[in-house]
Amino acid sequence: MSRLDRRQFTLMASAGLASAATGLMSRAAQAADPVKTITVLNWQGYGTDEAFGLKAFAAATGIEVKHDYYNAEPEMLTKLRTNPGAYDVVLVNSARDAQAQADGLIDAVDLSKVPNAAGLADAFKTNPNITIDGKTYGVPWVWGMNALAVRKDKAAGIDSYKVFQDPAFAGRGALFDDAVTEIAVAALMTGQNINNPSDMKLIGETLKSFKKDIKLIWSSEDEWNKAFAGGAFDVSIFWSGAITRAVHLHNQPVEFVIPKEGAVGWLDNLCVPATSTKKEAGLAFINYMIDPKFYVQWATSGAPASANSAAMDMLPADDLNKQIHKPEYLPKLQFMGALPEDRRQAFNDLWEEVKAGYAH
Amino acid sequence: MTSAGAASPPRSQRARQGLSTAGLLLPAYGWLLLAVFLPLGAMFIFSFLKTTPFGSSKPLVFTIQNYLAFVNRPYLVDVAWTSLQLGFWTTGLCALIGLPAALALSRATKGRFRQVVFLLTILPFWTNGLVRIFSWTMLLREGGIIDALLHLVVPGAGSISLLYSFPAIVIGLVHAYLPYMILTCYLAVDSIEDGLIDAARSLGARAPTVFATVILPLALPGLISGSILIFVPVIGSFMEPRILGGRIGVTMGTVVEDQFTQAYNWPLGSALSFSMLAVVLVIFAIFSRALRGRMLDA
Repeated sequence: MSRLDRRQFTLMASAGLASAATGLMSRAAQAADPVKTITVLNWQGYGTDEAFGLKAFAAATGIEVKHDYYNAEPEMLTKLRTNPGAYDVVLVNSARDAQAQADGLIDAVDLSKVPNAAGLADAFKTNPNITIDGKTYGVPWVWGMNALAVRKDKAAGIDSYKVFQDPAFAGRGALFDDAVTEIAVAALMTGQNINNPSDMKLIGETLKSFKKDIKLIWSSEDEWNKAFAGGAFDVSIFWSGAITRAVHLHNQPVEFVIPKEGAVGWLDNLCVPATSTKKEAGLAFINYMIDPKFYVQWATSGAPASANSAAMDMLPADDLNKQIHKPEYLPKLQFMGALPEDRRQAFNDLWEEVKAGYAH
Repeated sequence: MTSAGAASPPRSQRARQGLSTAGLLLPAYGWLLLAVFLPLGAMFIFSFLKTTPFGSSKPLVFTIQNYLAFVNRPYLVDVAWTSLQLGFWTTGLCALIGLPAALALSRATKGRFRQVVFLLTILPFWTNGLVRIFSWTMLLREGGIIDALLHLVVPGAGSISLLYSFPAIVIGLVHAYLPYMILTCYLAVDSIEDGLIDAARSLGARAPTVFATVILPLALPGLISGSILIFVPVIGSFMEPRILGGRIGVTMGTVVEDQFTQAYNWPLGSALSFSMLAVVLVIFAIFSRALRGRMLDA
């Protein structure tokens, strides 16, 4: 190592130390003055970081909202574990709620302290995935469904997932390449619990019986849109939120159908981390996030459906999100819940086997 | 560095030479160790674990279950067979197209024209793989560009859709890997001296005979190295089968990819990869024995 190298190295090292030190100091400063800022942990570009919302919230409360992002749900849990006190609001999917609660990462929320929670639909407020020992872990925020998307001129009379067994749709079907979703579809068809099916063999047989109808197994929304526009298939498992984008952004002639067997639901909740030191401010932000006024403006830029009925009511009558996410569907939904590791593995193994069967 | 014939250099000089050789090799071997053997070794160890060793505090459990996957999950045999078929089809078609292309490049082009043709040959390398594959979906789908062209020529013809079929995957793979074959064959063919061909002709050999007895044997090293370069990645390919194959596109590549990205079962994924590596090595061993026998005969 030449002298120049060594000098550069020393410089770099001291710069690193200095930045670490300022990082520590700024964190200490934050802790000393709690009402000024809160930190939200969420996916990037997912509602809580809408610029107009942050501005309005700061104007109303004087609290500045900072963000940290995660790219995968396990990463979210790791961040909560390894940075105690760093976050004041965290977005947790209902499938991860029980795990976060069991690990002591999130607090129960007293919904009476969140005024806007009055408008939450009962199916969400008492959702078994977030209600543990009679307490609610998280405030339901946005939700969606996985069900059938059908080409408009073929949609008449379709009211069942059995369309995937219908010879009239031979080679005209598509499935989502996701073990949890497809096993849930077969569980709905056979009257089982989607999160803990009792008869996996029957589920495998049901999925395998789709073989003649399945043309494509899509894995991204973009792929779905290209293939649907190209006329590759007429009926598919699809996301309710993606339907609105398919219609608005891509002019696709497609209709969303909730079959009589029901649909797979997902629910994103805003939770209070157990280690937060600014829980009041966090709850105030959560209250603002489910405020109909915030939602209606967010909806203009493609928000998912709100769990707050009052917010959905305020949308214009011709709003597609409103037309698709009807309150009467809620009792027909089974929500994706926590999966123990070995069951998740069994789901993946079965789906892999089914896919291999489709190919041969 | 040849010191053959000269008196052997003094010891200090030899030591210095040894040092400089080691110094020159060190970066390459260091890099090889860091970039190839360490990650591969880690994957090899993972393949004997019961669960992925991240994100859980459970103790590590070793097992050989993952290597019994082909026994416990018989459907994987079909999947592996699909992958091998893809490998044979793609490599074969690349050889069929690549060798004549290399011959044409080497014998019929020169100067700037050759440079341009070379550039066009390498072009697939410079385009993003996903872009390449998605452009094929536009060409191959029903009502796509090929379909539209056919209807322009034959208005009454039925519509053709190759997308989401085995041939579609092969087309995508051949397009991606053909440059390897052309380049390796070009190197082999270009070094054939004109005198050899002239000699064959002067002894009365017609073009097919010249090709079979002079050009083909001399081009064989290029064909073999091209085939190895193509066969191995094709066996593990997953993007082309997934996007161009639709329901058909389940290969060892996609199964392994699923284990890493969806099922989060790294041990099974790496065990499947190493199993496929073993299969490929066996195939190469058989081929190399057959080839060596042929070369000895000749």
